[in-house]
Amino acid sequence: MMIPTIPKLPLAHGIDVTLDWLTAHFAFITKGFSHVISALIEGIVSGLSWLPPWVLIIVVVVLVHRAVGWRVALASALGLLLLWNLRLWSATVETFTLVLISTLISVLIGLPLGILAALSSRVSRVVMPTLDFMQTMPAFVYLIPAIPFFGLGAVSASVATVVFATPPTIRLTVLGIRHVPEDLIEAADAFGSTLRQKLLKVQLPVAMPTIMAGVNQTIMLSLSMVVVAAMIGAGGLGGKVWEAIQRLEPGQGFEAGIAIVILAMILDRSTQRIGRSPFAKQ
Amino acid sequence: MQIIKVKHLTKIFGPHPEQGLRLLDAGKSNGQLREAGHAVGIVDVSFEVEEGELLVIMGLSGSGKSTLLRCVNLLNIPSRGQIIVGDEDVTRCSHEQLLDLRRRRVSMVFQHFALLPHRSVVDNVAYGLEVQGINEDERRDRAIEALHLVGLKDWEEAYPHQLSGGMQQRVGLARALAVKSDILLMDEAFSALDPLIRHDMQQELASLQRQMKKTIIFITHDLDEALEIGDRIVLMREGRVVQIGTSEEILNNPADAYVERFVENVDTSHMLTAQSLMVRAREVAHPQDGPRTVLRKMTEISYTSILVVERDHTLVGSVTLDALDAAVREGRRSITDLIQRDAPTLAPETPLAEILHLMAEWPYRLPVVNERRRLLGVVTRTRVISALAQSRAEPTAADAES
Repeated sequence: MMIPTIPKLPLAHGIDVTLDWLTAHFAFITKGFSHVISALIEGIVSGLSWLPPWVLIIVVVVLVHRAVGWRVALASALGLLLLWNLRLWSATVETFTLVLISTLISVLIGLPLGILAALSSRVSRVVMPTLDFMQTMPAFVYLIPAIPFFGLGAVSASVATVVFATPPTIRLTVLGIRHVPEDLIEAADAFGSTLRQKLLKVQLPVAMPTIMAGVNQTIMLSLSMVVVAAMIGAGGLGGKVWEAIQRLEPGQGFEAGIAIVILAMILDRSTQRIGRSPFAKQ
Repeated sequence: MQIIKVKHLTKIFGPHPEQGLRLLDAGKSNGQLREAGHAVGIVDVSFEVEEGELLVIMGLSGSGKSTLLRCVNLLNIPSRGQIIVGDEDVTRCSHEQLLDLRRRRVSMVFQHFALLPHRSVVDNVAYGLEVQGINEDERRDRAIEALHLVGLKDWEEAYPHQLSGGMQQRVGLARALAVKSDILLMDEAFSALDPLIRHDMQQELASLQRQMKKTIIFITHDLDEALEIGDRIVLMREGRVVQIGTSEEILNNPADAYVERFVENVDTSHMLTAQSLMVRAREVAHPQDGPRTVLRKMTEISYTSILVVERDHTLVGSVTLDALDAAVREGRRSITDLIQRDAPTLAPETPLAEILHLMAEWPYRLPVVNERRRLLGVVTRTRVISALAQSRAEPTAADAES
């Protein structure tokens, strides 16, 4: 008996057609957006590059010292000096800027969405499965459609990064708000708080340590994605790795890799404890 | 004046309360409702609260007392019935009226304090004022004033986690007092505190109540606490009111076997007074008696001291055996010089705690007198000890006299 051949579903074709149609009609918007973001990125990169590296190192070390203490500050100083010495300074600045912009956009999108999803079960029923989809889809795939909309380069990279890195901020915002103790919510209600007062004075502040843990994860995911995004011309440390792969230069690849690790450690350690002020241990 | 009137209040939890109400009206039990997917909170509860009264709602966990309390400020929305606060039916008020009720008229103290961990003590206390939109200077002043009332001066800038449980609950109380509402709802407010601190808080609440004339609804599962602080007690069981009355009414006339079982376990030591402990003073002396007569009376019944009263039973004082002995040997004719006139006396309502205190200082029997100093009876050591040993002991012949 013959099994009838079912023709292949035209899923890929459908997606391509849809994307083409979207590109044809809406690319002028996304390209406009692209100009704004790329101007912003270039502005920050040239601003940071204009400063002599040692000034920037001092600034970072002071900030890290304030936030987490002298041990991490000392380690950061040594790490940054090494980057400077390896002539990877400008690549580091580029990567850092991309991480900064992506994280900023992720938080601007993720925080309000997380709040909505925490407060409305209807929103959360839509948002949560979408997040699963966004996170399990291999990150490279986002890079492909980003190009027609935003062009090759840093902006496409940051858009793909935002898609990849926003979910933890949303998820942990939802988690943090839902886990505000019931009696605090009752107290807020009992004293006659409006919904807005309850959110701003009770739910968000109490959830803040959890939300910041989400932001920390977003930063780390941004960094990993920014490196991958070098494939579409994002430059920076990822670009150095990409060059090393193409030229088969393991030494150079490791240098850039170590630089990424150093940057990751500084970002992680210095943002881990934000929002966990003295009152957090209850 | 009755400031809160609760009329036929019923609360059923679950997705379809109307259906639950129908089952309830059809005479189904709480268990049958539970099987049908409805949780019964409270059923047909009615009572009134007088202005300035401290009403205790008491019952075991699951008896519906917290549900009832939360209906007063609509944290729970009743399924049926009315709650009238002042002259307004809160079950019908608009969103604005409800906010106003919660902000200015009814404030609440929680079992586990419910303090905001990210705010300092003063900012926690000012929370209610903040949501009212009162400016920062004024709310700070009022919060500090409330903190002084609860004895937490100089702790304004601390954070809740730096405070002990008792202090945290003082902050919770200050937060409720700061809004100057007339009505205070206290949900097991002292249950999470250890017994000594709980006792202090009960006394402070009583004294604040006297000063500020708040109307307080206080929830507890502890009958001792209810008896200690409540003007009246509402006893609840499985969502229904079993009995409403003063402590005496509930102790003396338990409405049913359920209340009786409760009452049997109560620690009555603070309910015992001189009146309930005293026994008749069998032998007394009179000021006109000679030392020999009195000495004979005392040796007959082996007293070490005897009370001296006038013919109309007005207490004069007491005479000790040693003093009498010496007087007889010296050949004195009268005992008037021997009478100790400053001996301590008890009023009928003097509580046991105070009696114990006096007993530690005064080795003899304590006379109980009325306001005209007429001798009513005496409280003996034996009587006190046996009363403590079996807290609901009936007076028996054995401990009639010592």
